[in-house]
Amino acid sequence: MEKKLDVNAAGGILQVTFPFDMTLVEATCAGCGATNGIGGTTAYMHGMGTVVRCQSCDTVLIRMAQVKGRYFLDLRGIRVLEIGAES
Amino acid sequence: MSEGFISRGFRGRRQQGDTSGRLPPGQYLERGFPVLSAGPTPHTQLSAWDFSIVGEVDQPKRWSWDEFRALPRETVTKDIHCVTKWSKLDTHWEGVSLDTLLAQVTYDASYVIAFSDGGHTTNLPLEEVLNGQAWVVDTYEGQPLEPQHGGPARLLVPHLYFWKSAKWVRGLRLVDQDEPGFWESLGYNNHGDPWKEERYWGD
Repeated sequence: MEKKLDVNAAGGILQVTFPFDMTLVEATCAGCGATNGIGGTTAYMHGMGTVVRCQSCDTVLIRMAQVKGRYFLDLRGIRVLEIGAES
Repeated sequence: MSEGFISRGFRGRRQQGDTSGRLPPGQYLERGFPVLSAGPTPHTQLSAWDFSIVGEVDQPKRWSWDEFRALPRETVTKDIHCVTKWSKLDTHWEGVSLDTLLAQVTYDASYVIAFSDGGHTTNLPLEEVLNGQAWVVDTYEGQPLEPQHGGPARLLVPHLYFWKSAKWVRGLRLVDQDEPGFWESLGYNNHGDPWKEERYWGD
């Protein structure tokens, strides 16, 4: 069974590495070009890391893993992040 | 806390002694078959499924499902070891050896990039998938491989951590230069030998 959660339910997964509330950020998918709120995306809690996918096309937007005390973060699936100045 | 939702590495978790010597260091024995997914489970229809060998080959090769099923098949019993620390002993698989598949192409390459439905990739040295070390399997414990475990077909490279045994595999791209795959580019070891505990970069 897939261990799938919405990003909000994932309890601030992205707060670990970003200095603003990522669930309020809009992201443009590098795969299909759709712009959606990160808060509406799906996070897959794979045992090796966390994978956030586009809600429109399932392209991987964000990959995160914590390995030996370091965070590895891959954002290549996001073309543009739109961040509220008050976030 | 948020860290509870992030892979935090696998050192220091429960360990279990094993008198048979079949558990690599840091592994524990698992009776079930855990499912780890980094995306939605693909459900590719067999009529749309194919397996390809592309890249540094004289002529790319493609098999339909029926053609793949008609290839010489092997039955193997292997222990498997996941980097998340579980190991499962005596798993039974059926499928086609990569020796059989690669014998049908002429190539000049040193590495294999396995690619899967869903965009997953993993990289392997060519010399580690030849000579009876790797298979494309479609049967587990006598039954068609379930989608949640990688069906209709997955790679099986049991001498390396199980993430190298890519689920939903659809082909091999042969290359001259190594290219880290999905997890190998995110801090996980490029090689992944469980007996050397090659879990992460720098191990």
